Amino acid sequence: MEKHGSPIIEIQDVRKSFRSADGRERPVLEGVEFTLREGEIVALLGQSGSGKSTLLRIMAGLIGVDSGTVQYRGQPLYGPARAISMVFQSFALFPWLTVQQNVELGLEARGIERVERAERAEKAISLIGLAGFEGALPRELSGGMRQRVGIARALVTQPDVLLMDEAFSALDVLTGERLRDDILELWTQGGMPTKAMLVVSHNIEEAVLMADRILIFASDPGRIRFQLAIDLPRPRIADSADVRSLIDEVYALMTAGAGRADRTTEEPDTLRLHDRLPDADVARMDGLLELLANTPFHGEADLPKLAEESELTDDELLPVARAIDLLGLARLQSGDLHLTLMGRRYVDGDHALRQQLFGQQLLENVPLAAHIRHSLEQDPERALPEKPFLRLLEQHLDAAEAERVLQTVIEWGRHGEVFEYDFHAGSIHLPDDQQDDAARTSIIE
Amino acid sequence: MAFEKNFFPRQVVEAGNRWDWALLPLVLAGLVLLGYGGAQMTRPYHLGDAIPLTLDPWQLPYYLLRTTLRMLLALVFSLLFSFAFATAASRWRAAEKILVPLLDILQSIPILGFLAITVTGFIAMFPGNLFGVECAAIFAIFTSQAWNMAFSLYQSMRTVPSELQEAARVFQLSAWQRFWRLELPFAMPGLLWNMMMSMSGGWFFVVASEAIAVSGQNIKLPGVGSYIALAIEARNLQAIGWAILGMLIGIMLYDQLLFRPLVAWADKFRFEEGGQETAPTSWLLTWSRRTERIAKLSERFTHALESTFTWFRISHDGTSIRARPNPAGNAIARVWDALIAAGGLYAIWALFSFVHAEVGFGEVWHVFLLGCATMLRVIILISLAALVWVPVGVWIGLRPMWSGRLQAVAQFLAAFPANLMFPGAVVLIVHWHLNPDIWLSPLMVFGTQWYLLFNVIAGASSIPSELRFAAGNLGLSGWLRWKRFLLPAVFPSFVTGAITASGGSWNASIVSEYVTWGDTTLEARGLGSYIAHMTAAGDFHRIALGICVMCVFVMGMNHFVWRRLYRLAEERMHF
Repeated sequence: MEKHGSPIIEIQDVRKSFRSADGRERPVLEGVEFTLREGEIVALLGQSGSGKSTLLRIMAGLIGVDSGTVQYRGQPLYGPARAISMVFQSFALFPWLTVQQNVELGLEARGIERVERAERAEKAISLIGLAGFEGALPRELSGGMRQRVGIARALVTQPDVLLMDEAFSALDVLTGERLRDDILELWTQGGMPTKAMLVVSHNIEEAVLMADRILIFASDPGRIRFQLAIDLPRPRIADSADVRSLIDEVYALMTAGAGRADRTTEEPDTLRLHDRLPDADVARMDGLLELLANTPFHGEADLPKLAEESELTDDELLPVARAIDLLGLARLQSGDLHLTLMGRRYVDGDHALRQQLFGQQLLENVPLAAHIRHSLEQDPERALPEKPFLRLLEQHLDAAEAERVLQTVIEWGRHGEVFEYDFHAGSIHLPDDQQDDAARTSIIE
Repeated sequence: MAFEKNFFPRQVVEAGNRWDWALLPLVLAGLVLLGYGGAQMTRPYHLGDAIPLTLDPWQLPYYLLRTTLRMLLALVFSLLFSFAFATAASRWRAAEKILVPLLDILQSIPILGFLAITVTGFIAMFPGNLFGVECAAIFAIFTSQAWNMAFSLYQSMRTVPSELQEAARVFQLSAWQRFWRLELPFAMPGLLWNMMMSMSGGWFFVVASEAIAVSGQNIKLPGVGSYIALAIEARNLQAIGWAILGMLIGIMLYDQLLFRPLVAWADKFRFEEGGQETAPTSWLLTWSRRTERIAKLSERFTHALESTFTWFRISHDGTSIRARPNPAGNAIARVWDALIAAGGLYAIWALFSFVHAEVGFGEVWHVFLLGCATMLRVIILISLAALVWVPVGVWIGLRPMWSGRLQAVAQFLAAFPANLMFPGAVVLIVHWHLNPDIWLSPLMVFGTQWYLLFNVIAGASSIPSELRFAAGNLGLSGWLRWKRFLLPAVFPSFVTGAITASGGSWNASIVSEYVTWGDTTLEARGLGSYIAHMTAAGDFHRIALGICVMCVFVMGMNHFVWRRLYRLAEERMHF
């Protein structure tokens, strides 16, 4: 397929921010420059909250920008355009319409008459391998079939551009791969009317197998950090050496630093108080550390191999790896994970020692946890409502994300016996057996 | 074969299947009855004319027809109102700011209040014709049906999942197309449920809306409600019995001929995926789906609707200047907010001066105390009802053999107008010389307690069986079992039921605190009887005052009690 075709969607210096609960502007995208050209598939990768979904929605015309320009074939884009179609993560089928009616939706909205509508819908349905299911309701279909309906619905309007928002992530691995291969086959054989595709993904292998270009996003505020062109011919074999080394490279780029604006080198992470914490639960961290410490890895592992061995998807593995890196139990370096001395002691320890070490590392490396503990020790009640901490986080994160970060730090704090949380009262307090200790220390001070 | 068919006229070949023949008489009979009832509604009439009414049970079917027709018309208007309200409130923020609080207030105004204010106007609109009075009655029924339907539709339209909204925008659906393709289908199950609730409300107030006895009028329109009113005046218990039977039949017909088919049909609009409940069925729906003519008719209707999609479509897309958002809206919004605030302030000032000039603050204090009395009644009685029905409901809900059947029974009881039982209560109270302040109170929850029961049954039967096994396995028993397992498990559904029951009880207080039986009138001191009194006397100022105070109480209780409990249930006690 020819590269560097004429530009279809051009995005120049786009900035977008959302208003947080207290009325502040919270930037989601900043200084984004990007051109989608004819004949290419572009994949957007990045951790959650890096604004890649926002960028996709801006290109779909669903969200306006604060500054900068968005153009479709030289014309400004104010809203959803006819020539830009979209496939949704959770399919977004209308459950009360049959497969055929769902596919016809875009045609019906344009006022195309019934006979032609049916003809075109039937063509799209059989193109995507759904012939025979025209009369079925979406709830009768499996996930993979539903997403096929979603794709047929997007293709039937003969779009210039197809946007895919994590289109395969709600499907199981096997189904997702098959659907992806079918789409790539249509693409390479020219069976699609579409001139360009943009794919938001969190699966690195998927991005490498599909894309001509990968954009890796950084978060807070979201922006494009790396671009990677892929020249491998299609069909690409997942197990070939070329593909594997590319996957390694992308892993390395994805894990280089936590993605803060002011650093690009691979020095150890230091967090700020309000930085988002990776969405990693304690049981998974324990599991990954043990996996890393034992054969065949013996304390050193390649992330793709670790992903395979742990059977975690990329968006599950990466936050866990980042979390144990944060806590100093392992080091992330160019796509590899190394167990640290502390990590070794942690894995070898019994439950009590693990908790103690975890708590110690937490207070040392996560400013938010240290701040909560510090505030609790100063408080005569040894307990504080969660609200003020939530408000602190909401200044920089949106409400749902702030809530999630607080939940994460609470879970970590509980595991490390640094503080506890009362769900019904919504308050954080010191662990019961430590309250007297804390009281004593504060008296001595 | 198919080729040969073309040689004969269509009517000969496609004579319809046997379902056609079975359904034909039913449809014809329905049409004839509708036509007859409609003609009767527009007969000449002059104020003061006596409309002949008898207690002859053979007249009941005719009265039933008139009543059901009125209810149907009111339901249609409620539906249209809901469409208009929900569309306006969910599309334009400016409209939303006024409409939603307005609906909140309208919702808490008792139906008699509307009747008192509008009846003369309606009669004047159609001079010399019965239709004016009919309109007043239909409007009264409408006011007992419309608000919760409108609210349900509005809320559904606001909560359409964002991915579906985005899909609708990406595929260029116009507002008209979006309403029919996305918003209305999504709202359908909730709307239907509220329609059924509305119907129950309509039956409850059927006496008040047909036997119009407000602001000095005394008109009894032919109907079941008037029949009951007449029977109460004549102290005829037997006639009351006939009326109960008639109403039962009416409710059952509505259920079988209208709601059951609608519910079965609307099952396809269910949005949640899981939920392996058995799909509701209806013989009438199955029947008409198998009937060719009706199937063709509905197909033609769908095509007609679809062709309107072509007319009301978006002619431009996101690259046209017409799609450019208008950033100037901010100033206008601020002016609008200021106007609303000014209007609100003016209303408060007007209310203040009105109270000062017309009724005096002593009266306000008095009415406020009456409101407290009624509130006390509502709270005590809901608690008592909860003490009885929660254990019963849990017991039934844990036994699948019973729960399915009894839940339907409880639902039916909730639809049944409890005020038909009031005469019996009067007879008892008079006979035993009981204190009406206390013994009239149970009537308030007589009709609404069933909401508690069937919600608790539903809650208990949806407890995950694993949780039940775990509780059994741990040997939870006695009070501990209730405290740690059963009560928290049914709490959310209990709150849902209690909200409905409490709202209904406030509304019912107007008819249950002021009960008549022939020339005996029993009265409990409370806000309900105050409003009933003033309505009968046609004292607009005091009706308005009573309604205002009731609104304040109902809204206050919703805000301070129910909404909090509801949020607690949502956040903390969810499976």
